[in-house]
Amino acid sequence: MVDRRDGARPPAGSLVNDPRARAIAVQLLLIAAVVAVGWSFVQNARVNLEARGIATGFGFFEQTAGFGITQSLIEYSETSSYGRAFLVGLLNTMLVSGIGVVLATVLGFAVGIARLSSNFLLARIAGAYVELVRNLPLLFQIFFWYIAVLGTLPGPRQSLSFFGIAYLNNRGVILPEPNFAEGAGLVGIVLLAGVALSIAVHIWARRRQAATGKLFPRGRLALILILGFPLVAFFATGAPISFGYPELRGFNFVGGFRVIPEFAALLVALVTYTAGFIAEIVRAGILAVARGQTEAAYSLGLRPGPTLRLVVVPQALRVIVPPLTSQYLNLTKNSSLAAGIGYPDFFYVFAGTTLNQTGQAIEIIAITMAVYLVISLVTSGLMNWYNRRKALVER
Amino acid sequence: MKRVLSTLVLVAGVGAFSAAHAAVLDQVKAKGFVQCGVSQGLPGFSSPDDKGAWTGLDVDICRALAAAIFDDPEKVKFTPLSAKDRFTALQSGEIDVLSRNTTWTLDRDTKMGLNFTAVTYYDGQGFMVKKALKVNSALELSGATVCTQTGTTTELNVADFFRANKMKYEVVAFATADETIKAYEAGRCDVFTSDVSQLYAQRLKLAKADDHMILRDVISKEPLGPMVRHGDDQWFDVVKWTVFALVNAEELGVTTKNLAEMMKSTNPEVKRLLGTEGALGQALGLTNDWVARMIKRVGNYGEIYDRNVGPGSRLNIERGLNKLWSKGGIMYAPPIR
Ligand SMILES: N[C@@H](CCC(=O)N[C@@H](CS)C(=O)NCC(=O)O)C(=O)O
Repeated sequence: MVDRRDGARPPAGSLVNDPRARAIAVQLLLIAAVVAVGWSFVQNARVNLEARGIATGFGFFEQTAGFGITQSLIEYSETSSYGRAFLVGLLNTMLVSGIGVVLATVLGFAVGIARLSSNFLLARIAGAYVELVRNLPLLFQIFFWYIAVLGTLPGPRQSLSFFGIAYLNNRGVILPEPNFAEGAGLVGIVLLAGVALSIAVHIWARRRQAATGKLFPRGRLALILILGFPLVAFFATGAPISFGYPELRGFNFVGGFRVIPEFAALLVALVTYTAGFIAEIVRAGILAVARGQTEAAYSLGLRPGPTLRLVVVPQALRVIVPPLTSQYLNLTKNSSLAAGIGYPDFFYVFAGTTLNQTGQAIEIIAITMAVYLVISLVTSGLMNWYNRRKALVER
Repeated sequence: MKRVLSTLVLVAGVGAFSAAHAAVLDQVKAKGFVQCGVSQGLPGFSSPDDKGAWTGLDVDICRALAAAIFDDPEKVKFTPLSAKDRFTALQSGEIDVLSRNTTWTLDRDTKMGLNFTAVTYYDGQGFMVKKALKVNSALELSGATVCTQTGTTTELNVADFFRANKMKYEVVAFATADETIKAYEAGRCDVFTSDVSQLYAQRLKLAKADDHMILRDVISKEPLGPMVRHGDDQWFDVVKWTVFALVNAEELGVTTKNLAEMMKSTNPEVKRLLGTEGALGQALGLTNDWVARMIKRVGNYGEIYDRNVGPGSRLNIERGLNKLWSKGGIMYAPPIR
């Protein structure tokens, strides 16, 4: 800024001499230049691709994909379009990273806290775990789980059986599959309502306890709401939910719900690997909370458990959340290593198979980058929002 | 990641302002070697031997090309490519020619800015299973889990085959041949599918090759051959006629052994082929003894076949369709005249 202590305004009408106007003009010019260069790049690419006889545009999204995909959360067959394959891949990525983030957080917190435990053995084991998973390349760990662990399971005909209803073999874990008949919807609604009501009661009871000190038997109520009523509804509608049990027929089990080994290996590797980093973040976060806080809590008569839960962790979270966000982003991006073991994640299905079958490298790589960018921005957005809520509120 | 890199090269290439390109043949001559895209290791077609030297039928096509241009079959550099990375590598100019068991299809010939030149091996898709499964025909495979490699015609054909025969299947597609065969060996799949020649090649990698058998069924046409970039007709002609010349040489009985005699031949066809008459090599932008150079260094098509995939090799694949047309096969090349 210009020093205007003398109160003199720049001569009216002369925008050229107004530093603010000049700054804006320069910015605008710069943006225009960037857009122009970008645009000419796109134009050039179009013209040159055409000259080289390479197909361009996004029409391929509607064409038939023609290849199969091992795991799909939505209806998909070889006759589906590339657009559909895109979605299948995207959902598979979100599935493995969504579950991965939750499990890695739970495991990471457990290990991080265990590392600070006064129990020598526990702390040492946690420490060794962190060193082990952090120092081995992730791809190696994925291969380890896939080839050395899951790959050595017996074939379908020698499956390990769990009470004849679930099986484990080198094609994955096969579980009974719920079948829903008419009336199942009602049971579901009663269950959801029960969960929602329990949460509401929980919040209300906490507030009341904070205000008046009165306790409320919320656990018992929740049991009735979540288990009791749905059970009544279940029998009242004539037991509409049954289980389909897997059965060995021909080459493999038919029926039942299957978790493929590619998914399992990728998930386990991502979770154990990322948990190692999260554990360190949690440990650092807890150590960052002044020792006096713990001592104060103890002197108020709080036991170690509640002290950790009510005093230390909430304060540690402020330190933990920002680096935790990067770990979540890393996990999501690392899930693209799926290609190594054939798990059909987004990168593999789209930037791999679809790219190769259509030959439209430029469009596909651009979309792929955009998709990962959006996933990352949404994740950071959510975490920043959470962080702001947890941030220190000065009273 | 390699694919992302190639794509960036491609982006830089097409995004830049000048679209002018020097002719590939001139570029190759200037740099002194042919950059040839091959597989990551497919015995018989392209795989590095224990000394790291590349061998195989696809490799020999590139060596013949180098011999024709430089009179030296060693003036080739090989770029190993997985099925899914191969086209981007050629589009971006990373390689001059793709000689990597690649099936000629309309889609690939038109939409990718690439051209197929000639067929070097007539193949078809088949299945390999464990003998213990006691399967005799592909039609008994309903419900099976199939291992295959992504980015191939294989994964498309297998989908068509099972759908057309109303059979269920599950496909697990891997990025590289090694991962695919390892997964099959570990029992992840009941069936391994790929071009039949490649089944023979991959079977060699199995610890107990004798426990596995290749079903008789062939479910597709897979004419394999080298590809070049679209738009450079001279280079297209050079690669195409390299293959044709190798086949013509076999037909005319010109081999590495009898080359010296053949150079003195009075047969006009042989004379044109070996450049002792006419100026056909020059028309391609090469020297007139271009075929003689190839035969001297690499051999004719039949010699290349026998050495790499035929009786002289561990694969020992019947020549079948790939016999010359005059011997009951369909291998046929336009005349050199
Ligand atoms: N001919 C088919 C299949 C070619 C292919 O890549 N086959 C695999 C199956 S074994 C292969 O050769 N892989 C060797 C490698 O990736 O290095 C095509 O052009 O799409």
